[in-house]
Amino acid sequence: MTIASTKAYAPSGASAPVTVSLRHVGVTFGAMGRPVLEDISFDVREGEFLSIVGPSGCGKTTLLRMLAGLLRPTVGEALFEGLPIIAPSRQRAIVFQDYTNALLPWRTVAGNVALALEKTMPVKAQRDARVAELVAKMGLSHAADRFPTQLSGGMQQRVQIARCLSQEPRIMLMDEPFGALDAMTRQTLQDELMALAAERRTTTVFITHDLEEAIYLGDRVIVLAANPGRIAETIEVELPRPRNQLTTREDPRFLAHRHHLFGLLQGH
Amino acid sequence: MGPLLRGALIPVLFLSLWELAAKTGWLVFESLSWPSAIFLAGLGALLDGSILLSTWQTCQAALLGLVIGASVGVLLGSVLGLWSLVARMAGPTFDALRAIPAVALMPLGLLMFGWGLSMEATVVAYACTWPVLIATWSAVRGVEPRLLEVADVLEMRFGERLHRIVLPAAFVRINIGIRIALGVALVVAVTVEIAVNPRGLGYSLVLAQQSLKADLMYAQLLWLALIGYLLNAILKTVETPGGGARRSA
Repeated sequence: MTIASTKAYAPSGASAPVTVSLRHVGVTFGAMGRPVLEDISFDVREGEFLSIVGPSGCGKTTLLRMLAGLLRPTVGEALFEGLPIIAPSRQRAIVFQDYTNALLPWRTVAGNVALALEKTMPVKAQRDARVAELVAKMGLSHAADRFPTQLSGGMQQRVQIARCLSQEPRIMLMDEPFGALDAMTRQTLQDELMALAAERRTTTVFITHDLEEAIYLGDRVIVLAANPGRIAETIEVELPRPRNQLTTREDPRFLAHRHHLFGLLQGH
Repeated sequence: MGPLLRGALIPVLFLSLWELAAKTGWLVFESLSWPSAIFLAGLGALLDGSILLSTWQTCQAALLGLVIGASVGVLLGSVLGLWSLVARMAGPTFDALRAIPAVALMPLGLLMFGWGLSMEATVVAYACTWPVLIATWSAVRGVEPRLLEVADVLEMRFGERLHRIVLPAAFVRINIGIRIALGVALVVAVTVEIAVNPRGLGYSLVLAQQSLKADLMYAQLLWLALIGYLLNAILKTVETPGGGARRSA
């Protein structure tokens, strides 16, 4: 197939080491409750950008929170670099969808980014330099002294991403990070995120309910079905990088994926 | 008519009538003085330093007790707010302890410490613990859960989590508890002085009353009102944490 011929563009091949590994994972809330997730198995390889897409109520957020260590699987095994995920860790940064709640309203932009560095970088001058660098990277230099409530949604989400980057995580877990933003801001942030991921080769798991976003960003897309949340299909996205909002979205392979996934999500 | 003038009209009228009634002999009571005499008695107490000394003694006990009580209240309230299991276990004990009126502890304090600062500050601290504990408890429970998850992911330990996330997030509401406790501190300190402890403004009030110096007694009452007002004004200025912008939500 024509799709397979572009495999070389994918930034991580099957040879890259496995960062996250899920084996028959299930999550049930309460002793008698219905399972939220059932029999989920997949690997995330180092440097990979994995999109997870699914209808609301399919357990996407639960899955991501489990990867972060904020909740534990009821059955099965969740491994991070070979060890079971039992608690949250600085190595696994999480970007929450509700950026307004995830930022400290009493701290400035710079103060919010510094939060993750205060323990690991006790020397203030050194820390300030690092914060300034990250703030500049996210295009927030002009707003470094402003408070979150004085910023637009897109800028607040940038602050959260900068804070996560400052953790120097081994993996970025993103829970519908752009879901609450307007279309223009969303596209800008999508491209910035891809550039960041490419530059740092950060392993990323990106949750979204937006099919196009999943395909546009991902090296691979896992489609979840609901009730209970389970993997419906996994597709490899072999679109060349760097991707472009206009040309990539017009690429026949992009459209083919979109048609396929759309049918899949409508099918049940 | 300016707002200041409008607000001053009633007190000025009242004081003038009072002065006039006393001076013309229309009102004569042993318990009543009149504004000019009260002013002179207050001025005298200020000039000979006696009222300043007793103010210092009362404020010392009230503030020391407030600091101790508020610290205990913030710490216990944080623990209760962060761990619901502890709250369920310790809740009934605290409710029982809280039911003991602080002034009922005066005999015990006297027995333990004798007369003086320690005994007074201890009773004040006990009284101040509760409003701060309850305000902190509810404020900590109300901290945005997302922020606690941020603390989890950053692997913050208890102290760091308290210092960087929980207390700043709960600051505004804890501050209200502390302001309530400040009023309590002054009331309890003066009560202890009136009842058992021979020091401070409370004791001065008793002395003025027993020696039938009604003018001095009124002067001290007005002075107490001024002290309470000033202390509250000072606490109000620290309402916003770190001198930063006020939170909009």
